[in-house]
Amino acid sequence: MKPGHGEVLIAEGDLDTAEDEQRLIEEFRRQLDAGLWAAVPLTARAGKREALMLRTFEDIPRDADRVIFFPRAAGGG
Amino acid sequence: MLLALAATTIVALALLSHLIAPRIEQLWTRHRARRRRVPSVVYDPGRELRAEQRARTLLRSCVNEEEWAMYRDLGFIRVWGSQAGGPDDGRDAHGAPYAYLIYPHRPIVAYVPQTHRLLNEYCVAFPDDAAPYGSARLPDSDDVLAKWMALTGDERRLIATANMHLPGRQLDPVQVSRDLWRLSRWERARMRNDAFGDSSKPIDTAP
Repeated sequence: MKPGHGEVLIAEGDLDTAEDEQRLIEEFRRQLDAGLWAAVPLTARAGKREALMLRTFEDIPRDADRVIFFPRAAGGG
Repeated sequence: MLLALAATTIVALALLSHLIAPRIEQLWTRHRARRRRVPSVVYDPGRELRAEQRARTLLRSCVNEEEWAMYRDLGFIRVWGSQAGGPDDGRDAHGAPYAYLIYPHRPIVAYVPQTHRLLNEYCVAFPDDAAPYGSARLPDSDDVLAKWMALTGDERRLIATANMHLPGRQLDPVQVSRDLWRLSRWERARMRNDAFGDSSKPIDTAP
């Protein structure tokens, strides 16, 4: 998510390919190091939707089709 | 005579230099700052509109159909609280089910759905310090999605990060109560539409 732009594709790849996976891991770390939060939207029980907040690349469910990075929350005025 | 005057001027300047020098330096710095080219980003309503459209598409793909319809029709999303006692360690909701209203770029409001009692306002922002187009503000629907993900993914952390205030600090309690009334009407209308097998059409809750 970007101000003035909305959704931006950062990287994509196939986790079953070692080269892609490594690239995605590096990009994931780069985004978190830049201070962003990462989440995966999931469908929980009874069709309920919720997000899974990610702290490491290993937290990403294998069947997740995307990870969304967004600015870290800060207390507002 | 002229020589004496020149010597006196030089001595006077030397004595006053510690006063004059910083002033001259300040003026020079200001002059350079004025002449420096600052890359200005012109506000482009078309760009902002496209960003908002992309953000709405993303939001729609993440939340469920009811939440999306709620946002489309009412301009906010309700998220149920998941902590056993309440949003603030059980001191407010006294164990009753509680929920939040998520507005774009406004505080999150916690309330008790049974009674419509407002609990707290949680002021939280998701500023992008890079401000790629001169503003750190996400599009409205991205702000809602960020709040939704943070609340449903880690409610405790978001609430701990937010600045908590009593209801009424930023949002007019009358307006929030009215929104809750609109939400009740909207849900009843939606149930009626469900009964007739047409839950997808927008619902007008205007009185």
